[in-house]
Amino acid sequence: MTDLILTPNIDNADDFYAGLLSVHEGLDPAQSDALNARLVLVLANHIGNSEVLAQALDAAALKGR
Amino acid sequence: MNKIFETPLYAYQRSPDQDAATPVRHKAIVVGAGPVGLAAAIDLAQQGIAVVVLDENDKVSFGSRAICFSQRTLEIADRLGTGRQMVDKGVLWDAGKVYFDDRQVYEFNLQPDTGYANPAFINLQQYYFEDALVARVRELQAAGAPIEIRGHNKVDAIGTHDTHVALEVDTPEGPYNVEAEWLIACDGASSPTRRMLGLDFEGRVFEDNFLIADVVMEADFPSERWFWFDPPFNRGQSALLHKQPDNVWRIDLQLGWDIDKEHEKRPENVIPRLKAMLGEDVEFDLEWVSIYTFQCRRMDRFRHGRVLFAGDSAHQVSPFGARGANSGVQDTDNLCWKLKLVIDGQAPELLLDSYSHERVQAADENITNSTRSTDFITPKSEMSRLLRDAVLDLSEHYDFARPLVNSGRLSTPCTYTGSSLNSADALNGPEVTRPGAACPDAPLGDEFLLPKLAGKFTLLTIDADAPDRIEEGGIEATRLALSVKDDLTLELKRRYLGGATSAVYLIRPDQHVAARRDNYEENAFRQAIRRATGKE
Repeated sequence: MTDLILTPNIDNADDFYAGLLSVHEGLDPAQSDALNARLVLVLANHIGNSEVLAQALDAAALKGR
Repeated sequence: MNKIFETPLYAYQRSPDQDAATPVRHKAIVVGAGPVGLAAAIDLAQQGIAVVVLDENDKVSFGSRAICFSQRTLEIADRLGTGRQMVDKGVLWDAGKVYFDDRQVYEFNLQPDTGYANPAFINLQQYYFEDALVARVRELQAAGAPIEIRGHNKVDAIGTHDTHVALEVDTPEGPYNVEAEWLIACDGASSPTRRMLGLDFEGRVFEDNFLIADVVMEADFPSERWFWFDPPFNRGQSALLHKQPDNVWRIDLQLGWDIDKEHEKRPENVIPRLKAMLGEDVEFDLEWVSIYTFQCRRMDRFRHGRVLFAGDSAHQVSPFGARGANSGVQDTDNLCWKLKLVIDGQAPELLLDSYSHERVQAADENITNSTRSTDFITPKSEMSRLLRDAVLDLSEHYDFARPLVNSGRLSTPCTYTGSSLNSADALNGPEVTRPGAACPDAPLGDEFLLPKLAGKFTLLTIDADAPDRIEEGGIEATRLALSVKDDLTLELKRRYLGGATSAVYLIRPDQHVAARRDNYEENAFRQAIRRATGKE
């Protein structure tokens, strides 16, 4: 069974976070929501593994925390 | 223009039953001469069971209705004797376009699946299927088979008893009484049989209306499936354009729930919608328009004593995925061999409960799939719409998002996992042929596998020994001995052996796998036959 990584794993975390904010710059809330939705799908596809995705859904819903 | 559905095919004729002093009792009566009822009747008659079909009308269905028939249905139709005719008449297609808002987001070409006698699906008006089935009934009658269709015979009252079902049937010449040992209700979504018996029809998962139009045009649109999400000509809803034989194009326009049906159905309201969709200059004739309302629901169980429900009378789904008529035909495929064994006293009545269990599982699978399609096509919340639109926007740019686009998942046969008729899997073989699965076809030189498995218990051996036949409690299983060398394309090996080097399968008369092992072991297969016939 593959486990979802819930320990620090992002290279250059501050750079990623700044990048995440920058793609939302100038967007209205509806455009930002749409971008976030696309981002979720892009990342989900990259992960692919159904066990990891199921754990990610639970983690995002703050289940078991 | 084709008016096949205006010609009476089984006009009312007086039956000797109407003059009998006491009600005549038949082995089986089928209520409803739609595709499901006719399939059931033919299946029974081919097995020598006398069967009478009662229908309140005398014609095939009005309008195209069910238009897409899946591979599994065609395989069953082959056994019923109408498969070839359907494939010859039907439209084969393998390409489609998906539109979102005012633009095309992608087009697709389905890779043809090889190694099957039948295509993955064909488009064919329901009336052509029914017409082929009626012709088959006539052929069986000419050969002396005990099968009869009575037009303008409307069941008005039903009495259920331990040993039979009593019917009061109305005709143009007045009512008569008749009895059946077994009644198969194939009388559609609003089943009068179900209503007369006061039975449930639970679970309104979803409700919607569709404007369905058959349009005749000499247009040069290709044989493709075009699907629109939220198009300018039908805002917030979906639309589908699909080709049928005879230059008939089927158009489905989703209308939503809260509409005025009579208003929407008028040509002066339909034609502008169609022009907005097809283009102002396209010339067309409107052959048939209907408003189709659906709900996703099913009966709690499909067997009530001696009354068995099949098709829409037992379960109803949304149209996405062609799961209505296809699943109904598969109901009869599951039911008829069991009913034959019960009528012949070779299996306990309990076997018929497995019909309900297995087909309830299939109905749930169909309801789940068509509900998911419905949720994608008509998002129920803001977030659901946001995610749906994100999928469609991404699908325009990236392949990965296209499998998430859900405009209907085409009907595939249900694998009866957990059925009491299955024996535990004892082969390290492929998933597709595990116990409960419908046997996938495979090429055998110039021939195919499935016709060799039809209508009886088969002991399929692949590079394994077994007796030519075994009999257990009156049930005979005959051997079909194959080798992986019989199929140079290796599909037989891929679909039936996987990592194993030999296999023995017990296959039911409906071509579902009952048991499998790597070698023949007499006791195991005798027990498997008992299980598969409800005796263990």
